[in-house]
Amino acid sequence: MPDFIVQWLNQNDIFTATTMLHYWDGMVTTVQLVFLSLLLGLIVAVPLAVLRTSRNPFISGPVWIYTYLFRGTPLLIQLYVIYYGVAQIEGIQETFWWEIFKEPFYPALLAFTLNTAAYTTEIIRGALAATPAGEIEAAKAYGMSWFMRLRRIVLPSAARRAVQAYSNEVIFMLHSSAIASVVTIVDLTGAARDIYSRFYAPFEAFIAVALIYMALTFTLVFVFRKLEQRLLRHLKPANG
Amino acid sequence: MKKLIIAASCALAMAAGTVQAKDWKEIRIAFDVPYEPFEYKTADGELTGFEVELAEAMCDELKADCEFVVQAWDGMIPGLLSRKFDAIMSSMSITPERAERVLFSEPYYNTPGAWFAREDFDGDVTEKDAMKGMTVGVQRGTTMDTYVTEELSDTVEVKRYTTADDMVLDLEGERLDAVFVDYPVGEQTILSRDGFKQVGEPVKLGEGVGVAMRQRDKDLAEKVNKALEKLKNDGTYDEIMKKYFDYDIKM
Repeated sequence: MPDFIVQWLNQNDIFTATTMLHYWDGMVTTVQLVFLSLLLGLIVAVPLAVLRTSRNPFISGPVWIYTYLFRGTPLLIQLYVIYYGVAQIEGIQETFWWEIFKEPFYPALLAFTLNTAAYTTEIIRGALAATPAGEIEAAKAYGMSWFMRLRRIVLPSAARRAVQAYSNEVIFMLHSSAIASVVTIVDLTGAARDIYSRFYAPFEAFIAVALIYMALTFTLVFVFRKLEQRLLRHLKPANG
Repeated sequence: MKKLIIAASCALAMAAGTVQAKDWKEIRIAFDVPYEPFEYKTADGELTGFEVELAEAMCDELKADCEFVVQAWDGMIPGLLSRKFDAIMSSMSITPERAERVLFSEPYYNTPGAWFAREDFDGDVTEKDAMKGMTVGVQRGTTMDTYVTEELSDTVEVKRYTTADDMVLDLEGERLDAVFVDYPVGEQTILSRDGFKQVGEPVKLGEGVGVAMRQRDKDLAEKVNKALEKLKNDGTYDEIMKKYFDYDIKM
């Protein structure tokens, strides 16, 4: 940080340079956690959604159970179970898994990924189920194989229908990530709690962090609006 | 009507002014029970505990007739200021925020912060260099948190918890090497379970606990300070302390 900014910040009691750095570190952690869990969640969700639309109950059934389990329980409970539950497994501390689960970041990442993947699976499944029959029939008429149909026709078409619902899921995930602070991760909320308890200033600490979350949310809203404009070009009025 | 109220309150204030010039032969002291072992009621309803016995000894010293009042914590300072009682001896830590509203005596006790770890722990928590790379748990916002943050944050990794229970779970699950908590808290939540031990030496932190009185009662504070000083020096304090604690809280 340049010196003049440090000097300017140190004029007030709470938002000193140290505090701002603490918020910054928290923001980096939050962005990492949310971005990675959304990315992994999406990668898992696309094949699961395809399986979920299968007519064979032995294929769609397990996916159905998974999505209902994770959508039917609070994320906080899932995080507690993974973070504290794993540490109670007899002898886990001696295995290489402990290298991963010792730090709070990976249990949180796992819980967030499983949770967002469950919601995303259902969003994409809805979009897949709503594929117009004519599109598939046309693709079949061209002699496309199942995989090529999926890749060229069904998934791009579903992506257009899913993007609006998915943008909500992304924003919800950003806001849900605040609970990472209960397992000692110093994310944005964790930083705010540290600063609150150091200065006994709940208003300043939490309003500042709320503004940061709001800025992140509006950035996401902006990005998704651009994406929607691009994907849904064909739905615009011809001379609009 | 309004004038009447003003006149009445002026008269009351004057009356209060005359009452104030008393010689403190009667002191009313407030406690919030139960807070074992500092103040609690025995099975037959008698008020006892470390602070209660200390208050009794102090009153003997002052040759004052003391009345003990039980008051819930929320109403402590308001009750003092509205003259329901004259002093608080209920484990009230001295803080700058409270010192703006009440007058504190010299501190009369301070519970130390102490290190706890699993039974198999063989590290050293008294030597800063030996602690390099350790992960240490504290309760967020406590004096223990401030101490570890200021003294050790460049040597150890500090993890902050909201409740002591979460912290003990992570100590048990080997995510933490050691925790640093208020001794009575550690004794209750950690030492009461199998597989844990206290390590190193307890560390005294903060300004301690003092008798809280009204700002204007400077004469009472002077007497209280003198009496406490005497009790601390003549062995009475140590005798009472040993009844309730097996560690040192004297200040």
